[in-house]
Amino acid sequence: MKSIAELQALREKARANMQVREGSHDGTRVVVGMATCGIAAGARPVLNAFADEVAKRQLKQVAVVQTGCIGMCQFEPIVEVLVPGKEKVTYGKVTPEKVARIVADHLVNGNPVVEYTVANLMK
Amino acid sequence: MRELSLNVLDIAQNSIAANATCITLWVTESVSQNRLILGIEDNGRGMTEEQLQRVRDPFFTTRTTRRVGMGIPLFRMAAEMAGGSLTIDSTLGKGTVVTAAFLLDHIDRPPLGDMVGTVSALIRLNPQLDFVYRHQTDSGSFEADTRSFREILGEVPLNEPDIVQWIEGYLTENVQALNSQA
Repeated sequence: MKSIAELQALREKARANMQVREGSHDGTRVVVGMATCGIAAGARPVLNAFADEVAKRQLKQVAVVQTGCIGMCQFEPIVEVLVPGKEKVTYGKVTPEKVARIVADHLVNGNPVVEYTVANLMK
Repeated sequence: MRELSLNVLDIAQNSIAANATCITLWVTESVSQNRLILGIEDNGRGMTEEQLQRVRDPFFTTRTTRRVGMGIPLFRMAAEMAGGSLTIDSTLGKGTVVTAAFLLDHIDRPPLGDMVGTVSALIRLNPQLDFVYRHQTDSGSFEADTRSFREILGEVPLNEPDIVQWIEGYLTENVQALNSQA
């Protein structure tokens, strides 16, 4: 059984990590739609998958944040990826299974996954 | 909504929009009384009498992007379909309490689902806010408060990956322990 005392040890480790990360955030943002439509369509596991994947790969420059309804409820869960200096990419009908590929291809290697985009879904 | 924990997440978003700094989520499961009760309490700005009257109307919303708001109507529908009801108490400037009651054994009651996933999503997205999670069954109760985590963590934010994972594990273990006593 986990005890609250373990938090003390985690604190020291997290503090060290935070120092490494200091200043490394470059403004890259993963924005997950978390309004009623997004939540009903499955945004919660998508959000948690992004957070886990970004942590696992130690992508210290990436922030995972939320937004409300952007008016394309039929494509929820919607995730926008904003990389500074690049055009915004909007993914639709995202599932936890698609998250690993978006993180690997787009966030790590800089190649948006065109087949998962809303633009592609509307075709 | 496929599970009630998603309704809870959705209603908690309203608390966040109302500038709450502390949100309490609770689950009471009682087999002996055949009740499942879910609550969301916040210290946000609260609602006026008029807003409170209209909040059940799906065509009432304070947001400006569109003219519908489905959060409360969906949660209310889920409760009423399962022999229960939804109540809202709100005081302007003090906060709001939303409570949904269900018949535990009602065939149309959606599953509770992943409450730990709801709490961890809220912490991940809102590390500056405090959350209290209380889970009660016939055999006992468990409560976690991010303020007591914060006391130990100092300047380390609650949404540090290792910290969120620890909180998920801590909640999961304690809720499981509670259920295994039943």
